[in-house]
Amino acid sequence: MTDTAKVQGFLDIFGAWDPTLAFVMGGAILPMVVAWAVAARRSKTLTGGLMPKPAQGPIDTRLVAGSVLFGAGWAIAGLCPGPAMASLGYGGTGGVIFLIAMCAGMLMAARIARPIDGVTAWTSDP
Amino acid sequence: MQTDWLWGFAGGGLIGLAGAMFLLLNGRIMGASGILGAVVDGSAGRDALENIVFIGGLVGVPWLVSLGWTDQGTNLTTDIWAIVAGGVMVGLGTRMANGCTSGHGVCGISRLSRRGIAATLAYVGAGVIGVALLRHVWGLV
Repeated sequence: MTDTAKVQGFLDIFGAWDPTLAFVMGGAILPMVVAWAVAARRSKTLTGGLMPKPAQGPIDTRLVAGSVLFGAGWAIAGLCPGPAMASLGYGGTGGVIFLIAMCAGMLMAARIARPIDGVTAWTSDP
Repeated sequence: MQTDWLWGFAGGGLIGLAGAMFLLLNGRIMGASGILGAVVDGSAGRDALENIVFIGGLVGVPWLVSLGWTDQGTNLTTDIWAIVAGGVMVGLGTRMANGCTSGHGVCGISRLSRRGIAATLAYVGAGVIGVALLRHVWGLV
C-alpha cells in the first residue's frame, strides 16, 4: 500500500486494473473478524481495560463528503494515512511533503467540521 | 508480478493482526488517520502516548526493513502540487469522515459497520473516478 503505482493501479478499473490491494484488504479483514467476535464476548480487554463497543452510527454528510474528498486525494497521490507514515523513512522528500500537507489538512478539518453539522468534538474512533 | 497477490494477502494479514491486537489488548480501534490526527490537533488526551508509540512503530519498522531491502520505493509523483493537494485532501477528508482505509476499511467492514462500509464505498468510488479522469481523460497520472 506504500507503492503509489499499486494503489493507482487498483483504482484504475478502466485501465490495467491491479487487484493486489483487494488481497491486502481481504487479508487484513480476516483477523479483524475474529477479533470482533472475541471482543463481542468480553467486556474487558485482555489487559483488563474497557472493551470498545462501537454503535452503528448514522451515515451523514460529513462521512460521505469527507470520504469522497479522501478518495480524490488518494487518486491524485496514491497514499492514504497509514502508508504515508509507513513509507516516511524511505519515501524521500516527496513523502515528507505529503505527510506535512496531510497533517495540515487534518488541522483544517477541525475548523471546517463545525459549519457542516455542528460537531465540535472529534473522536479518534471511526 | 505473479506472486503480488500472495504478498499483498500476507501483508494485509499482518495489518489485520495488528488491528486485532490493538482492539483486544489496548481496547482501541486501529485507525491511522485518527491516531495521527488526534496527536496533530491535540485531541488525543490520555491516548496521546499510546498514539505516539504506535506512530513510532509504523514509521520505524518499515524504515528498518527498507535498509535491507533495496527495491522498495513509493513511486510517488514528483509534481509538488499534486503531492500537496493530495496530502491536504487525504488529511482533511479522513478527519472529516473520522476514518480512512484502516479505521473504516479494515476495522469497519470487519464488524459490518454501516458507516465503515459507506465510507469505503465513497472513497474507493471517488478514487476510481479520480484515476479514470486523471489518467484516461486528462492524462496526468
